Parts: sequence; structure tokens; C-alpha cells
Amino acid sequence: MMTEADVAAKVQERFGGRILAANAFRGQSVVTIAPKDLREVLLFLRDTLAFEWLIDVGGVDYLGYDDGPGKDEREWRFEVVYAMLSMANNVRFRVKVAVADESVTVPSVWDLWAIANWEEREVWDMYGIVFEHHPNLRRILCHDEFVGHALRKDYPITRRQKLSAPSENILCDRSEIA
Amino acid sequence: MGLETQVTSPFLATRMDEVINWGRKYSMWPMPFGTACCAIEFMGVVSSRFDISRFGAELVRFSPRQADLLLVMGTITQKQAPVLKQIYDQMPNPKWVLSMGACASTGGFYDNYTTVQGIDEIIPVDVYVAGCPPRPENVIGAVVKIMEKIDREKAADWR
Repeated sequence: MMTEADVAAKVQERFGGRILAANAFRGQSVVTIAPKDLREVLLFLRDTLAFEWLIDVGGVDYLGYDDGPGKDEREWRFEVVYAMLSMANNVRFRVKVAVADESVTVPSVWDLWAIANWEEREVWDMYGIVFEHHPNLRRILCHDEFVGHALRKDYPITRRQKLSAPSENILCDRSEIA
Repeated sequence: MGLETQVTSPFLATRMDEVINWGRKYSMWPMPFGTACCAIEFMGVVSSRFDISRFGAELVRFSPRQADLLLVMGTITQKQAPVLKQIYDQMPNPKWVLSMGACASTGGFYDNYTTVQGIDEIIPVDVYVAGCPPRPENVIGAVVKIMEKIDREKAADWR
């Protein structure tokens, strides 16, 4: 029986000094890594530790985030979170990628898990984090005329953006079929 | 309806208005534009317990070209707003719009980047229905309000 702590130990054993941070909260283990190590870590999880399923890719914007008294300011503004599931071992794990600012790109993993295609589009739409080698990095939730990235902490909460005409692909996104 | 174009005498036109309005108000054909939980409540409105057909508006059409009452039921996103506008434009005159629930009327608690803050930013609205979602009686009350509005209209205004 493999626990999340076991997974974290194996990842730390394999990648050692390349792990920026590792912590656990209520039995949920997380490791934080740099974008350049992402594909290697996820491939290690998939092929060696049987994490065959990428559950979700999410973004976080830590602009102005207060970690509490005595905590230093964060070195990176964004994080991209990869939630993994191993059905073979019935264990979950999550990997965070530290993204210093919007100039930093993250390698796409859409060729490893097809679902990453849409998940990465969503992270790009909401946070403006660019995924390298993504085949179709367009907006997925906001409309085509939307300017900016809505879930960034510096997006004005009262700003409204109208769409002038119905999207051509509102019923069927043909760019995905081609 | 086309009848009003045939009437030229002023006296006859006044009496014709009553006949035409009587016909219009008891035979509204709703086009349901249901996007959220209000559309579930609308099922209660058309079903037997509350039964909107008692007011002549039970013939739900899913083509805007066959409808004269647009029921907007639910949250309208910015991405969807031009679609709603297009559907309204496709409805032939005369036509009326019922905005059902907090989201359609004001954006509700979705005060954010993605939600239209009331469909009256896009299309004219005749009656707003409060509630989240409104009770079926409330919706039927709004249909009666539209009937009263039709009573005050002149057929020629819709030409």
C-alpha cells in the first residue's frame, strides 16, 4: 500500500535538489518544481509510479497573498497545479510548477495526456500562463474578444467586456476536429 | 397578425384593436431560453399542477420564428449574449420578453467578468420576475401582467 508520503519520498529521492519545496497538509503531499523539470517529473510519476491519470491542471495567482506572520514573500507569482491519480495503487498526488511571472513558459503535456490540451487552454485563458508547444492555445471559457486574464488578482473586479457577435464555433469547435 | 393592415376606418380600428389584442393575449406562444435552474422551475409552470395553458400560453415553440413570448430563464453570460440578441431579432412582431429570476434580470449574485448584469443590456424587457428561482405562481403572474400590457396596446403600433 503506497501512501502520498511514500510517493513524495520517492520523488524527492529521484529529483533531490531540483525540488523547490515539498510539504504535506492533512495527508495530502505536494512537491513544487521548476517548469524545466515538469515533463521529467510527470513522466517519472506516470511510468515508474503508475500515475496513469492526469485529473486536473489548475492555476493559482499569489499576487498580494498573505502567507501569515513570519513568512517571507513568495519568490514566484503563479503556480500551475497538476493533480494526479494512480488507479493501480489508489493514491493521489499533486505537482506544482513555480511560474515567476507571465514571461515564464511551462512545457505542455498534451502529448502525454490528451486532456491537458483543454486544461492548459483554461489556465492560459484565466491566468495568461503560456504553454510551450501547445497545438491550439486559444481561449476556452471567455469569448474571443476578451482582453486580459480574468482570474489574475490584478484584473479589475468590475470590468465587463461585451462580445459583439455570436462566435462562429459556439456550437461545434471545429479547430479541435481538424 | 396582418389583420390591422386591412383596417382603414378609425372607428373600425379601435374596435379591431380589442379583437386583435384579445386574440393575442390568450394565445401567446412562448419561446423558452432556459440557461439555468429557472428553466427547471419553468417545467413546473407548464406542468399540470400550475399549468400555464389555463392562460393560453402553453404552446412552447423551440423556434423563435414561431413564438411571440421570449422567456429568458437563467444566467446569461457575455459569450451567450449575442445569441440571445439574435434569437430576439428572429422573433416576428409582435413580441414580448419575460425576464425570469434574479440572474436574467440583474445578473443575480454573479457580479463578475463573465455574466451580463441583466438582459436589458441587450434586449428590451416587458416584465421582470423576482426570485431565485421564482415560484410558478410568480411566473404566471408575470404572464398576466403581459396580458394586461397587451390590452393597452394598439395593433397598429406593431406594424
